Amino acid sequence: MSPKPVFAGKDIVSVRDLSREGIDHILDVAETMEPLAKSGSDMLRGKIMATLFFEASTRTRLSFESAMSRLGGTSLGFSETKGTSVEKGENLADTVRVVENYADVLIVRHPLEGAARMAAEFSKIPVINAGSGAEEHPTQALLDLYTIRKARGSIDGTSVGLIGDLRYGRTVHSLAYALSQYKVNLFLISPEILRMRREVLEEVSNRVHVKESTSLRELLPELDVIYMTRIQKERFADLAEYEKVKGSYRLTAQELSKARKDSIVMHPLPRVDEVAPDVDNTKHAKYFEQVWYGLVLRMGVLALVLGAA
Amino acid sequence: MSRSSKELYVKKIKNGTVIDHISAGHALDVLKILGIDGREGHTVSVAMNVLSEKQSKKDIVKVESRELAPGEVDKIALIAPGATINIIRDYEVAEKTRVKLPDVIKGIIRCANPSCVSNAGEPVEPRFTVERTDPLKMRCYYCARIMEKQDVLKQFYA
Repeated sequence: MSPKPVFAGKDIVSVRDLSREGIDHILDVAETMEPLAKSGSDMLRGKIMATLFFEASTRTRLSFESAMSRLGGTSLGFSETKGTSVEKGENLADTVRVVENYADVLIVRHPLEGAARMAAEFSKIPVINAGSGAEEHPTQALLDLYTIRKARGSIDGTSVGLIGDLRYGRTVHSLAYALSQYKVNLFLISPEILRMRREVLEEVSNRVHVKESTSLRELLPELDVIYMTRIQKERFADLAEYEKVKGSYRLTAQELSKARKDSIVMHPLPRVDEVAPDVDNTKHAKYFEQVWYGLVLRMGVLALVLGAA
Repeated sequence: MSRSSKELYVKKIKNGTVIDHISAGHALDVLKILGIDGREGHTVSVAMNVLSEKQSKKDIVKVESRELAPGEVDKIALIAPGATINIIRDYEVAEKTRVKLPDVIKGIIRCANPSCVSNAGEPVEPRFTVERTDPLKMRCYYCARIMEKQDVLKQFYA
Protein backbone atom coordinates (compact mmCIF):
# COMPACT_ATOMS: atom_id res chain seq x y z
CA MET A 1 0.00 0.00 0.00
CA SER A 2 1.31 3.45 -0.85
CA PRO A 3 1.97 5.75 2.11
CA LYS A 4 -0.84 8.09 3.07
CA PRO A 5 -0.53 11.63 1.73
CA VAL A 6 0.86 14.02 4.33
CA PHE A 7 -1.00 17.27 4.94
CA ALA A 8 0.65 18.50 8.14
CA GLY A 9 1.89 22.03 7.56
CA LYS A 10 0.50 22.10 4.02
CA ASP A 11 -1.82 24.66 2.41
CA ILE A 12 -5.20 23.83 0.93
CA VAL A 13 -5.43 26.42 -1.83
CA SER A 14 -6.88 24.61 -4.82
CA VAL A 15 -8.32 21.18 -5.48
CA ARG A 16 -6.05 21.17 -8.52
CA ASP A 17 -3.18 20.61 -6.08
CA LEU A 18 -4.80 17.45 -4.71
CA SER A 19 -4.39 13.94 -6.05
CA ARG A 20 -7.19 11.40 -5.87
CA GLU A 21 -5.32 9.66 -3.03
CA GLY A 22 -5.12 12.99 -1.24
CA ILE A 23 -8.82 13.67 -1.63
CA ASP A 24 -9.74 10.14 -0.52
CA HIS A 25 -7.55 10.52 2.54
CA ILE A 26 -9.22 13.82 3.49
CA LEU A 27 -12.65 12.20 3.10
CA ASP A 28 -11.56 9.22 5.22
CA VAL A 29 -10.34 11.53 7.97
CA ALA A 30 -13.61 13.50 7.77
CA GLU A 31 -15.44 10.23 8.39
CA THR A 32 -13.56 9.79 11.67
CA MET A 33 -14.63 13.29 12.69
CA GLU A 34 -18.35 12.54 12.63
CA PRO A 35 -18.53 11.10 16.18
CA LEU A 36 -16.20 13.86 17.45
CA ALA A 37 -18.47 16.52 15.96
CA LYS A 38 -21.18 15.23 18.25
CA SER A 39 -19.15 14.48 21.37
CA GLY A 40 -16.52 17.20 21.10
CA SER A 41 -12.76 16.61 21.30
CA ASP A 42 -9.60 18.26 22.54
CA MET A 43 -7.57 17.18 19.52
CA LEU A 44 -6.66 20.79 18.68
CA ARG A 45 -6.51 22.18 22.22
CA GLY A 46 -4.14 25.13 22.35
CA LYS A 47 -4.29 25.69 18.60
CA ILE A 48 -5.52 28.98 17.19
CA MET A 49 -7.24 29.51 13.86
CA ALA A 50 -7.30 33.00 12.31
CA THR A 51 -10.09 33.77 9.87
CA LEU A 52 -9.23 36.54 7.41
CA PHE A 53 -12.50 37.20 5.63
CA PHE A 54 -12.11 40.07 3.20
CA GLU A 55 -15.48 39.24 1.72
CA ALA A 56 -18.71 38.73 3.59
CA SER A 57 -19.61 35.18 4.47
CA THR A 58 -21.64 33.70 7.23
CA ARG A 59 -21.87 29.97 6.75
CA THR A 60 -18.30 29.21 5.66
CA ARG A 61 -16.87 31.20 8.54
CA LEU A 62 -19.29 29.73 11.06
CA SER A 63 -18.53 26.27 9.75
CA PHE A 64 -14.77 26.73 10.19
CA GLU A 65 -15.22 28.30 13.63
CA SER A 66 -17.52 25.55 14.76
CA ALA A 67 -15.12 22.91 13.40
CA MET A 68 -12.22 24.46 15.32
CA SER A 69 -14.26 24.79 18.46
CA ARG A 70 -15.48 21.18 18.38
CA LEU A 71 -11.87 20.03 18.21
CA GLY A 72 -10.99 22.12 21.27
CA GLY A 73 -9.18 24.94 19.45
CA THR A 74 -9.94 28.64 19.40
CA SER A 75 -10.57 31.21 16.67
CA LEU A 76 -9.89 34.86 16.08
CA GLY A 77 -10.14 37.08 13.04
CA PHE A 78 -12.37 39.44 11.13
CA SER A 79 -15.38 38.88 8.93
CA GLU A 80 -15.38 42.20 7.13
CA THR A 81 -12.64 44.69 6.42
CA LYS A 82 -14.44 47.61 8.07
CA GLY A 83 -12.42 48.92 10.98
CA THR A 84 -9.33 46.83 10.16
CA SER A 85 -5.93 47.90 8.86
CA VAL A 86 -7.08 46.68 5.45
CA GLU A 87 -9.42 49.64 5.33
CA LYS A 88 -6.37 51.84 5.94
CA GLY A 89 -4.89 50.46 2.75
CA GLU A 90 -2.80 47.56 4.02
CA ASN A 91 -2.20 44.93 1.37
CA LEU A 92 -2.95 41.24 1.76
CA ALA A 93 0.71 40.25 1.90
CA ASP A 94 1.26 42.47 4.96
CA THR A 95 -1.96 41.37 6.68
CA VAL A 96 -0.85 37.74 6.31
CA ARG A 97 2.63 38.44 7.68
CA VAL A 98 1.14 40.15 10.72
CA VAL A 99 -1.67 37.73 11.55
CA GLU A 100 0.43 34.57 11.11
CA ASN A 101 2.17 35.52 14.35
CA TYR A 102 -1.08 35.15 16.28
CA ALA A 103 -2.29 31.80 14.94
CA ASP A 104 -1.44 28.27 13.80
CA VAL A 105 -3.60 28.22 10.67
CA LEU A 106 -5.04 30.93 8.42
CA ILE A 107 -8.44 30.71 6.75
CA VAL A 108 -8.61 33.22 3.90
CA ARG A 109 -11.58 34.43 1.95
CA HIS A 110 -10.90 37.20 -0.52
CA PRO A 111 -12.68 38.75 -3.52
CA LEU A 112 -9.59 38.48 -5.74
CA GLU A 113 -8.69 35.33 -7.64
CA GLY A 114 -5.38 33.83 -6.64
CA ALA A 115 -5.51 35.60 -3.25
CA ALA A 116 -5.18 32.39 -1.25
CA ARG A 117 -2.26 31.23 -3.42
CA MET A 118 -0.50 34.50 -2.75
CA ALA A 119 -1.33 34.41 0.97
CA ALA A 120 0.20 30.91 1.13
CA GLU A 121 3.33 32.22 -0.54
CA PHE A 122 3.83 34.80 2.20
CA SER A 123 2.62 32.74 5.16
CA LYS A 124 4.78 30.51 7.32
CA ILE A 125 1.69 28.71 8.69
CA PRO A 126 -0.81 26.67 6.64
CA VAL A 127 -3.37 28.60 4.61
CA ILE A 128 -6.80 27.21 3.80
CA ASN A 129 -8.66 28.87 0.95
CA ALA A 130 -12.23 29.65 1.99
CA GLY A 131 -13.13 31.17 -1.37
CA SER A 132 -11.07 33.33 -3.71
CA GLY A 133 -13.24 35.51 -5.98
CA ALA A 134 -14.95 33.51 -8.69
CA GLU A 135 -12.01 31.12 -8.79
CA GLU A 136 -12.15 28.33 -6.21
CA HIS A 137 -13.60 27.13 -2.96
CA PRO A 138 -11.79 23.86 -2.24
CA THR A 139 -13.34 22.89 1.11
CA GLN A 140 -16.79 23.29 -0.42
CA ALA A 141 -15.79 20.90 -3.23
CA LEU A 142 -14.44 18.42 -0.70
CA LEU A 143 -17.60 18.51 1.39
CA ASP A 144 -19.62 18.04 -1.81
CA LEU A 145 -17.60 14.93 -2.64
CA TYR A 146 -18.07 13.73 0.91
CA THR A 147 -21.83 14.21 0.60
CA ILE A 148 -21.92 12.21 -2.66
CA ARG A 149 -19.85 9.44 -1.11
CA LYS A 150 -22.08 9.30 1.97
CA ALA A 151 -25.28 9.29 -0.06
CA ARG A 152 -24.22 6.85 -2.76
CA GLY A 153 -21.44 4.82 -1.17
CA SER A 154 -19.01 5.77 -3.93
CA ILE A 155 -18.17 8.70 -6.17
CA ASP A 156 -17.06 6.49 -9.07
CA GLY A 157 -19.82 5.56 -11.49
CA THR A 158 -21.92 8.63 -10.74
CA SER A 159 -23.57 10.96 -13.28
CA VAL A 160 -23.32 14.46 -11.90
CA GLY A 161 -25.12 17.51 -13.26
CA LEU A 162 -23.76 20.93 -12.29
CA ILE A 163 -26.53 23.42 -12.91
CA GLY A 164 -26.78 27.21 -12.99
CA ASP A 165 -23.93 29.70 -12.89
CA LEU A 166 -20.92 27.73 -14.07
CA ARG A 167 -18.97 30.80 -15.10
CA TYR A 168 -18.76 32.77 -11.88
CA GLY A 169 -19.64 30.01 -9.41
CA ARG A 170 -16.40 29.15 -7.63
CA THR A 171 -17.87 26.10 -5.94
CA VAL A 172 -18.60 24.46 -9.30
CA HIS A 173 -15.10 25.21 -10.57
CA SER A 174 -13.55 23.45 -7.62
CA LEU A 175 -16.11 20.65 -7.70
CA ALA A 176 -15.58 19.98 -11.42
CA TYR A 177 -11.82 19.71 -10.89
CA ALA A 178 -12.32 17.41 -7.92
CA LEU A 179 -14.88 15.19 -9.65
CA SER A 180 -12.55 14.76 -12.62
CA GLN A 181 -10.29 12.68 -10.38
CA TYR A 182 -13.06 10.05 -10.28
CA LYS A 183 -14.85 7.96 -12.88
CA VAL A 184 -17.89 10.17 -13.37
CA ASN A 185 -20.05 11.50 -16.17
CA LEU A 186 -20.25 15.24 -15.91
CA PHE A 187 -23.19 17.24 -17.25
CA LEU A 188 -22.69 20.99 -17.32
CA ILE A 189 -26.04 22.75 -17.56
CA SER A 190 -26.14 26.54 -17.75
CA PRO A 191 -27.44 29.50 -19.75
CA GLU A 192 -25.16 30.21 -22.73
CA ILE A 193 -23.55 33.27 -21.12
CA LEU A 194 -22.81 31.38 -17.91
CA ARG A 195 -21.07 28.37 -19.46
CA MET A 196 -18.25 26.70 -17.58
CA ARG A 197 -14.96 28.61 -17.79
CA ARG A 198 -12.80 27.39 -20.60
CA GLU A 199 -9.75 26.59 -18.47
CA VAL A 200 -11.83 24.37 -16.20
CA LEU A 201 -13.65 22.75 -19.11
CA GLU A 202 -10.44 21.98 -21.00
CA GLU A 203 -8.75 20.36 -18.07
CA VAL A 204 -11.76 18.43 -16.84
CA SER A 205 -12.79 17.08 -20.26
CA ASN A 206 -9.32 15.57 -20.64
CA ARG A 207 -10.12 13.26 -17.75
CA VAL A 208 -13.85 12.53 -17.71
CA HIS A 209 -16.78 12.48 -20.11
CA VAL A 210 -18.38 15.94 -20.23
CA LYS A 211 -21.58 17.08 -21.86
CA GLU A 212 -22.67 20.71 -21.98
CA SER A 213 -26.30 21.72 -22.31
CA THR A 214 -28.73 24.54 -21.57
CA SER A 215 -31.61 22.22 -20.70
CA LEU A 216 -32.01 20.72 -17.25
CA ARG A 217 -35.38 19.20 -18.13
CA GLU A 218 -33.84 17.15 -20.92
CA LEU A 219 -31.00 15.77 -18.83
CA LEU A 220 -32.73 15.39 -15.47
CA PRO A 221 -33.57 11.67 -15.97
CA GLU A 222 -29.86 10.91 -16.56
CA LEU A 223 -28.55 12.43 -13.34
CA ASP A 224 -27.61 10.74 -10.06
CA VAL A 225 -26.52 14.02 -8.53
CA ILE A 226 -28.42 17.23 -9.29
CA TYR A 227 -26.13 20.01 -8.11
CA MET A 228 -28.04 23.28 -8.23
CA THR A 229 -26.36 26.68 -7.85
CA ARG A 230 -27.57 30.21 -7.44
CA ILE A 231 -27.10 32.67 -10.25
CA GLN A 232 -25.07 35.23 -8.34
CA LYS A 233 -26.29 38.76 -8.88
CA GLU A 234 -23.18 40.18 -7.18
CA ARG A 235 -20.82 38.75 -9.83
CA PHE A 236 -22.49 40.55 -12.75
CA ALA A 237 -20.99 43.85 -13.84
CA ASP A 238 -24.03 44.41 -16.05
CA LEU A 239 -27.35 43.96 -14.24
CA ALA A 240 -29.25 43.74 -17.53
CA GLU A 241 -27.33 40.52 -18.22
CA TYR A 242 -28.36 39.20 -14.81
CA GLU A 243 -32.02 39.95 -15.48
CA LYS A 244 -31.83 37.88 -18.67
CA VAL A 245 -30.67 34.72 -16.94
CA LYS A 246 -32.03 34.87 -13.39
CA GLY A 247 -34.56 32.18 -12.75
CA SER A 248 -33.24 30.06 -15.66
CA TYR A 249 -33.59 26.86 -13.65
CA ARG A 250 -36.14 26.10 -11.01
CA LEU A 251 -36.35 22.65 -9.54
CA THR A 252 -39.65 21.63 -7.96
CA ALA A 253 -40.89 18.45 -6.33
CA GLN A 254 -43.04 17.88 -9.39
CA GLU A 255 -40.06 18.19 -11.75
CA LEU A 256 -38.25 15.66 -9.59
CA SER A 257 -40.83 13.01 -10.36
CA LYS A 258 -38.99 12.69 -13.70
CA ALA A 259 -35.63 12.23 -11.98
CA ARG A 260 -34.01 8.94 -10.99
CA LYS A 261 -35.57 7.58 -7.80
CA ASP A 262 -32.29 7.51 -5.92
CA SER A 263 -30.97 10.81 -7.31
CA ILE A 264 -29.88 13.45 -4.83
CA VAL A 265 -30.30 17.23 -4.95
CA MET A 266 -27.40 19.27 -3.65
CA HIS A 267 -26.87 23.02 -3.33
CA PRO A 268 -23.96 24.97 -1.79
CA LEU A 269 -26.51 27.44 -0.28
CA PRO A 270 -27.70 30.12 -0.01
CA ARG A 271 -30.48 29.40 -2.48
CA VAL A 272 -32.91 31.90 -3.92
CA ASP A 273 -35.57 30.29 -6.09
CA GLU A 274 -33.65 27.61 -7.99
CA VAL A 275 -34.74 24.89 -5.57
CA ALA A 276 -38.39 25.22 -4.54
CA PRO A 277 -39.18 24.76 -0.83
CA ASP A 278 -41.35 21.73 -1.66
CA VAL A 279 -38.16 19.84 -2.59
CA ASP A 280 -37.00 20.08 1.05
CA ASN A 281 -39.33 17.34 2.18
CA THR A 282 -38.47 14.89 -0.59
CA LYS A 283 -35.91 12.14 -0.05
CA HIS A 284 -33.82 13.72 -2.81
CA ALA A 285 -32.94 16.80 -0.76
CA LYS A 286 -29.40 16.64 0.66
CA TYR A 287 -28.50 20.31 0.98
CA PHE A 288 -28.98 20.60 4.70
CA GLU A 289 -27.04 17.39 5.26
CA GLN A 290 -24.30 18.99 3.15
CA VAL A 291 -23.99 21.67 5.84
CA TRP A 292 -23.34 19.01 8.49
CA TYR A 293 -20.86 17.24 6.24
CA GLY A 294 -19.18 20.60 5.70
CA LEU A 295 -18.56 20.83 9.41
CA VAL A 296 -17.01 17.36 9.72
CA LEU A 297 -15.01 17.85 6.53
CA ARG A 298 -13.53 21.10 7.86
CA MET A 299 -12.75 19.42 11.18
CA GLY A 300 -10.86 16.83 9.15
CA VAL A 301 -8.97 19.43 7.12
CA LEU A 302 -8.00 21.42 10.21
CA ALA A 303 -6.83 18.28 12.02
CA LEU A 304 -4.78 17.27 8.99
CA VAL A 305 -2.98 20.55 8.30
CA LEU A 306 -2.31 21.03 12.02
CA GLY A 307 -0.76 17.57 12.17
CA ALA A 308 -3.29 16.04 14.56
CA ALA A 309 -4.75 13.47 12.16
CA MET B 1 16.37 30.91 -58.39
CA SER B 2 19.51 30.58 -56.30
CA ARG B 3 19.43 30.85 -52.54
CA SER B 4 21.46 34.06 -52.51
CA SER B 5 18.98 35.83 -54.74
CA LYS B 6 16.18 34.86 -52.33
CA GLU B 7 18.06 36.53 -49.54
CA LEU B 8 18.00 39.76 -51.51
CA TYR B 9 14.40 40.29 -50.47
CA VAL B 10 15.89 42.48 -47.78
CA LYS B 11 19.28 44.12 -47.90
CA LYS B 12 22.00 42.94 -45.51
CA ILE B 13 22.52 45.09 -42.46
CA LYS B 14 25.83 46.23 -41.05
CA ASN B 15 25.08 46.15 -37.33
CA GLY B 16 21.90 45.19 -35.54
CA THR B 17 19.47 42.29 -35.23
CA VAL B 18 17.78 40.01 -37.71
CA ILE B 19 14.76 38.18 -36.36
CA ASP B 20 14.08 35.32 -38.72
CA HIS B 21 11.51 32.50 -38.85
CA ILE B 22 8.77 34.60 -37.32
CA SER B 23 5.38 32.91 -37.73
CA ALA B 24 3.95 34.31 -40.99
CA GLY B 25 1.87 37.41 -40.43
CA HIS B 26 3.38 38.28 -37.04
CA ALA B 27 6.26 40.59 -38.03
CA LEU B 28 4.32 43.70 -37.05
CA ASP B 29 3.42 42.13 -33.70
CA VAL B 30 7.12 41.51 -33.07
CA LEU B 31 7.90 45.17 -33.79
CA LYS B 32 5.03 46.18 -31.53
CA ILE B 33 6.18 44.18 -28.53
CA LEU B 34 9.72 45.45 -29.00
CA GLY B 35 8.32 48.98 -28.97
CA ILE B 36 9.76 49.75 -32.40
CA ASP B 37 7.53 52.11 -34.34
CA GLY B 38 10.01 53.50 -36.87
CA ARG B 39 10.38 56.85 -35.15
CA GLU B 40 13.60 55.73 -33.46
CA GLY B 41 15.45 56.65 -36.67
CA HIS B 42 17.08 53.23 -37.31
CA THR B 43 16.55 51.43 -40.56
CA VAL B 44 13.91 48.73 -40.05
CA SER B 45 13.08 46.23 -42.77
CA VAL B 46 10.11 43.93 -42.67
CA ALA B 47 9.50 41.01 -45.01
CA MET B 48 6.23 39.15 -44.70
CA ASN B 49 5.09 35.81 -46.06
CA VAL B 50 8.54 34.95 -47.39
CA LEU B 51 9.02 31.35 -48.53
CA SER B 52 11.49 29.61 -46.24
CA GLU B 53 13.88 26.87 -47.28
CA LYS B 54 11.25 24.38 -46.17
CA GLN B 55 8.81 26.14 -48.49
CA SER B 56 6.64 27.35 -45.64
CA LYS B 57 5.86 31.02 -45.13
CA LYS B 58 7.62 33.12 -42.56
CA ASP B 59 8.26 36.76 -41.69
CA ILE B 60 11.62 38.45 -41.19
CA VAL B 61 12.44 41.66 -39.33
CA LYS B 62 15.79 43.44 -39.59
CA VAL B 63 16.61 46.25 -37.22
CA GLU B 64 19.71 48.30 -37.86
CA SER B 65 21.89 49.50 -34.96
CA ARG B 66 20.00 47.73 -32.21
CA GLU B 67 20.84 44.51 -30.35
CA LEU B 68 18.08 42.78 -28.42
CA ALA B 69 18.26 42.31 -24.66
CA PRO B 70 17.45 38.86 -23.15
CA GLY B 71 14.05 40.03 -21.79
CA GLU B 72 13.11 41.13 -25.29
CA VAL B 73 14.01 37.72 -26.65
CA ASP B 74 11.59 36.09 -24.18
CA LYS B 75 8.85 38.45 -25.30
CA ILE B 76 9.38 37.41 -28.90
CA ALA B 77 9.20 33.76 -27.87
CA LEU B 78 5.69 34.38 -26.59
CA ILE B 79 4.30 35.23 -30.00
CA ALA B 80 6.84 33.74 -32.42
CA PRO B 81 8.03 30.48 -30.82
CA GLY B 82 10.10 29.34 -33.81
CA ALA B 83 11.97 32.61 -34.36
CA THR B 84 15.75 32.91 -34.52
CA ILE B 85 17.66 35.96 -33.41
CA ASN B 86 20.81 36.88 -35.32
CA ILE B 87 22.98 39.58 -33.88
CA ILE B 88 24.89 41.17 -36.75
CA ARG B 89 28.20 42.96 -36.31
CA ASP B 90 30.01 44.33 -39.32
CA TYR B 91 27.80 42.39 -41.76
CA GLU B 92 28.60 39.07 -40.04
CA VAL B 93 26.37 36.96 -37.78
CA ALA B 94 28.07 37.40 -34.41
CA GLU B 95 25.48 35.44 -32.40
CA LYS B 96 22.63 33.24 -33.45
CA THR B 97 20.02 31.97 -31.02
CA ARG B 98 16.68 30.31 -31.36
CA VAL B 99 14.14 31.87 -29.05
CA LYS B 100 13.03 29.57 -26.28
CA LEU B 101 10.23 30.11 -23.86
CA PRO B 102 11.26 29.35 -20.31
CA ASP B 103 8.96 26.96 -18.38
CA VAL B 104 8.05 29.80 -16.08
CA ILE B 105 7.59 33.37 -17.28
CA LYS B 106 8.06 36.10 -14.72
CA GLY B 107 7.44 39.79 -14.90
CA ILE B 108 7.29 40.51 -18.63
CA ILE B 109 3.52 40.39 -18.98
CA ARG B 110 0.49 40.86 -16.75
CA CYS B 111 -2.31 38.41 -16.08
CA ALA B 112 -5.26 39.10 -18.39
CA ASN B 113 -7.67 38.52 -15.52
CA PRO B 114 -8.52 41.92 -14.00
CA SER B 115 -9.63 40.14 -10.81
CA CYS B 116 -6.29 38.38 -10.36
CA VAL B 117 -4.42 39.20 -7.16
CA SER B 118 -1.28 39.87 -9.24
CA ASN B 119 -3.05 42.93 -10.72
CA ALA B 120 -4.01 44.37 -7.36
CA GLY B 121 -0.92 46.23 -6.21
CA GLU B 122 0.32 43.37 -4.01
CA PRO B 123 4.11 42.91 -3.80
CA VAL B 124 4.18 40.03 -6.29
CA GLU B 125 5.48 39.62 -9.80
CA PRO B 126 3.11 38.15 -12.39
CA ARG B 127 4.14 34.55 -12.96
CA PHE B 128 2.98 32.03 -15.55
CA THR B 129 3.60 28.37 -16.18
CA VAL B 130 4.00 27.58 -19.87
CA GLU B 131 1.83 24.55 -20.67
CA ARG B 132 2.27 24.67 -24.45
CA THR B 133 4.49 26.84 -26.64
CA ASP B 134 2.81 26.63 -30.06
CA PRO B 135 0.07 27.67 -30.00
CA LEU B 136 0.88 29.43 -26.78
CA LYS B 137 -0.95 28.35 -23.64
CA MET B 138 0.16 29.46 -20.22
CA ARG B 139 -1.46 29.52 -16.82
CA CYS B 140 -1.29 32.23 -14.21
CA TYR B 141 0.43 30.87 -11.10
CA TYR B 142 -1.94 32.84 -8.89
CA CYS B 143 -5.44 32.72 -10.38
CA ALA B 144 -4.90 29.74 -12.77
CA ARG B 145 -6.39 31.71 -15.68
CA ILE B 146 -5.21 30.47 -19.09
CA MET B 147 -3.51 33.03 -21.33
CA GLU B 148 -3.05 32.61 -25.06
CA LYS B 149 -1.25 34.54 -27.78
CA GLN B 150 -4.08 37.01 -28.33
CA ASP B 151 -4.18 37.83 -24.60
CA VAL B 152 -0.47 38.64 -24.74
CA LEU B 153 -0.80 40.75 -27.89
CA LYS B 154 -3.70 42.73 -26.42
CA GLN B 155 -1.38 44.04 -23.72
CA PHE B 156 1.02 45.51 -26.23
CA TYR B 157 -1.69 47.04 -28.41
CA ALA B 158 -3.62 48.53 -25.47
